Amino acid sequence: MTALTRSAAQRDRSRHAQRSAVADAMFRNITRVAALLVLALVIAILVVLLVQAWPAFHRFGWHFFSGREWDPAHATFSALTSIFGTLVTSAIAMVIAVPVSFGIALFITELAPAWLRAPVSIAVELLAAIPSIIYGMWGLFVFAPLFGEYVQPWIIEHIGSWPWVGALFQGPPMGIGIFTAGLILAIMVVPFISSVMRDVFSLVPTVLRESAYGVGCTTWEVVWRVVLPYTRAGVMGGIMLGLGRALGETMAVTFVIGNSHTLGTSLFNAGNTISSTLANEFTEAVGQTYTSSLVALGLILFLITFVVLALAKLLLLRMAAREGSPT
Amino acid sequence: MNGASARYMRRRVVNWVSLSMSVLGTLFGLFWLVWLLWTLVARGVRWLSPELFTQSTPPPLAPGGIANAIVGSILITALGVIVGTPIGILAATWLAEFSRRSRLAAVIRFVNDILLSAPSIVIGVFIYGVVVARFGHFSGWAGGLALAIIMLPVVLRTTEDMLKLVPDQMREAAAAVGAPRWRVTVMVVYRAALGGIITGVLLGVARISGETAPLLFTALNNQFWSTDMNRPIANLPVMIFQFAMSPYDNWQHLAWAAALLITLAILALSLFARLVIRSRSFVK
Repeated sequence: MTALTRSAAQRDRSRHAQRSAVADAMFRNITRVAALLVLALVIAILVVLLVQAWPAFHRFGWHFFSGREWDPAHATFSALTSIFGTLVTSAIAMVIAVPVSFGIALFITELAPAWLRAPVSIAVELLAAIPSIIYGMWGLFVFAPLFGEYVQPWIIEHIGSWPWVGALFQGPPMGIGIFTAGLILAIMVVPFISSVMRDVFSLVPTVLRESAYGVGCTTWEVVWRVVLPYTRAGVMGGIMLGLGRALGETMAVTFVIGNSHTLGTSLFNAGNTISSTLANEFTEAVGQTYTSSLVALGLILFLITFVVLALAKLLLLRMAAREGSPT
Repeated sequence: MNGASARYMRRRVVNWVSLSMSVLGTLFGLFWLVWLLWTLVARGVRWLSPELFTQSTPPPLAPGGIANAIVGSILITALGVIVGTPIGILAATWLAEFSRRSRLAAVIRFVNDILLSAPSIVIGVFIYGVVVARFGHFSGWAGGLALAIIMLPVVLRTTEDMLKLVPDQMREAAAAVGAPRWRVTVMVVYRAALGGIITGVLLGVARISGETAPLLFTALNNQFWSTDMNRPIANLPVMIFQFAMSPYDNWQHLAWAAALLITLAILALSLFARLVIRSRSFVK
């Protein structure tokens, strides 16, 4: 009797174990499929873009990257003005955003009293939550008119006549243009860069910081000579992440850049970027060559942000390696 | 002595100047936030009205609301969440629970970061290529799928981070009392990380509900009331874009009202998500 029940219980238990093993394997495989799906998705994006961009690359060859024409009427397209606009607006954004983000990170980690730290970081991060189309509307209807009326004329008059640099600040004060786009991009990427900087600054061991203070360093010397060298790789990684954002940003730029396919020296000119061209023309594009050229622009943008991201990851990894623990 | 004190003075001045610049930088950042929000309130509040929520977008120069755009936005955002969230959570589970250190996991993590930083307009182009071009028309489905692709990496990243924070002792304790692996994951690990996972989803929703670029050539827009996901569907971001750029006064007013609403909703959502994270870290 006892032997009978025991074997029944054993049978029961082993059946139970079998069932859980099957469920385990199923669960594990479902999660694996989901993870592989992410990989497949990115590969699919690359393949689809490449296939659809191929007619344009095939037709225009290397000229697609070096030519300046963008002429839908004659079905002649090339990417130089868009690539140029993308790179220049992002460069302006970085020139403004990096020092500002550094200042904010410095303020939050070293200067602000404890009660002010969280509110300031959250407020700055809210800048990242505002949709880019709002930046665009504000830029076009509020910022650009004021900028064009009060600030630009002054800059054109006073800096526009300098040798070398002056050429960058000439032309009619329209308010909109490459510089305005870069400035708005700067505001948009400040929260990304400053939050990475803040995080890596707080990774600096307290001992390092305190021993620097102990030998009589000022706050600035501690930050500039101790904190910054220690976190250099992480800071660069944060800058790269911000740069990636700026390169791909679409709506804000589309509103304020003026959307013209020309190449000029002045930053106050209207211009275009890869993403603004796509936003403006993709739905209206007629004919395979036109659409294909636009997809080719998208592919180029994807590859540019890919390279920037890879650099950022590499730098942040180096930072993590020195830290000695994976982040 | 004189030289030393001069150098001391110089160091103090440098310190003072640079720290002032740091404060100025912070004020510079906050200045734009205040200006942006002020603009929205100043230009948007005037046009808020009950009709906004009851009527569809009007033809130029006629009265109307944005009800169709609100509903359309909710529909495609919901589709994005429903498709993006489970895949993101499951993929994160594989990375955090089943293959933390494998080579493939490292590759998928990297690829996910690529997806996370991919320009959203490129995602739009991709969905246009595989969905819109294939079926021959713009549709709500295409818009929702584009949003799902943007949502997925956000959820994956935060979920994986949160799962990794769950101490291994909890997994071991559950396994020791005989729980199979999947129950350990679902009933112990998920439950412990729930707050963090929800935060990730909320941040994802905040991110996709303001996205305009990927909807421009997927969901497009629709001036009329429609809940048919198989056709172009109205949505707030694209509606704001088209109406703001239009020459008609009433369309611009609707655009500002919609801009105020969507920004308030997204700010509330991301503040709420941060609070969830904050209260969670307290528990630990």
